[in-house]
Amino acid sequence: MGRPAEPISMFDEIAANRRRSYLLIIGIVLLIIGVVYVFGLYFDLGHWVLIPAVGFALALAWGSYYYSDQIVLGMSSAQPVVREEEPYLWNTVEGLAIAAGLPMPRPYLIEDSAPNAFATGRDPQHAAIAVTRGLLDKLNRAELEGVIGHEMAHVANFDIRFMTLVSVLVGTVVLLSDWMLRSLRYSRSRRSGGKGGNPLLLIGLVFVILSPIIAQLMKLALSRQREYLADATGARLTRYPEGLASALQKLTADTEPLEVANKATAHLYIINPLTEHRGRLNSLFSTHPPIEERVKRLRAM
Amino acid sequence: MGIAGWVVLGVVALIVVWAIATYNRMIVLRNRIENAWSQVDVQLRRRYDLIPNLVETVKGYAAHERQTFEEVTKARQAGIDARTVQDQAQAENLITGALRRLFAVAEAYPQLRATENFTQLQEELAGTEGKIAYARQFYNDSVLGYHNLIQAFPARIVAGLGGFQPRDYFEIEEEAARGPIAVQF
Repeated sequence: MGRPAEPISMFDEIAANRRRSYLLIIGIVLLIIGVVYVFGLYFDLGHWVLIPAVGFALALAWGSYYYSDQIVLGMSSAQPVVREEEPYLWNTVEGLAIAAGLPMPRPYLIEDSAPNAFATGRDPQHAAIAVTRGLLDKLNRAELEGVIGHEMAHVANFDIRFMTLVSVLVGTVVLLSDWMLRSLRYSRSRRSGGKGGNPLLLIGLVFVILSPIIAQLMKLALSRQREYLADATGARLTRYPEGLASALQKLTADTEPLEVANKATAHLYIINPLTEHRGRLNSLFSTHPPIEERVKRLRAM
Repeated sequence: MGIAGWVVLGVVALIVVWAIATYNRMIVLRNRIENAWSQVDVQLRRRYDLIPNLVETVKGYAAHERQTFEEVTKARQAGIDARTVQDQAQAENLITGALRRLFAVAEAYPQLRATENFTQLQEELAGTEGKIAYARQFYNDSVLGYHNLIQAFPARIVAGLGGFQPRDYFEIEEEAARGPIAVQF
């Protein structure tokens, strides 16, 4: 892919990442419209039954999003930080919140020697940033600032809210597709022939079967885009991209698994805590972009 | 009134809506600049509040270094009294220099450096320096965002009509004050 040779400013990087995010979201919405359209081709009525199904999915998603900070912090055994005990961490989070023009997120500490960090909370007023003891011990001050800057960027960019929205969209696609295939099977057993034979409808059917996979891939692509965006925004906050670049390299080299992390929370962390999944190069199924590429982009700023 | 009339009315309505939205956006950005500047003040006050404590702590071990203590106290007072941006910048220089000399004095007393009080103050001061820098950065970022809006076309028409003036960036004139105060040994 053609990356320009001269250094890209952080602001350009941020703008480019935002554009890609919007395009991907539009893609998912179009996907949903496509599935609903094909659905409409098969059934002249019954659109209205989708409403309770989608409504249920939305309620679930809203609940998990609203309480996201408590859920995730609880799952990770994170303890609130006492200012007197960790003054440097506290001052760093406070300083970067000032740089971002945000209220200060609550800092949390996870007692685990594997270095990692994540941010959670539905909006900046309810945000929290958690770091592990390992992160505090193993990174120097510039690197720690880089990581906190990245997490602050997630808060500033409303990424938690964004990814929840995306999850809802993807879930809707999965629900719709599943519903339609189910109804199709049911209706076929009742009437014979029916609308079968029309090639357009056949293509539509294939599309519907594939749509959940396509939606998942788009969601993962979006997750990777938001990680790049958080890197760039974080660099803009600290005005020192090398800090984060150096931190990422150190973090990847450390292969100690993070005990409190599991597949459900893995995507939230700054680098994949499930160390066995890290090796995949440029995988479409990865929530995080490859470290080498992240470091390269940071050093080009 | 024919179709043409309605279309013209529609276009005029859209322009008015856009103008109002743009005007309000400029107000928001201008207020953000005010807020950002007061945030810098908050952090500066914090630093001024920390200094007397620091002076007392060092005095406990190096009471004879009178000149240095006086220098720091005077510089701090200059900062508090400063009214214009010029005075503020000048006071900045004085404080930077005075604190440097104070920490240079403290370097000669290992027992002082080992006390919890001193290390805490050191940490707090370093943290406050960082926050002052971040607050100034946010101020400059706010000014940039504001300028980007009021200078772009066609928004600059609204800016002109609404009387939105460009703002000054915060810049440090003196080379000495640019670097962070070395508070870590």
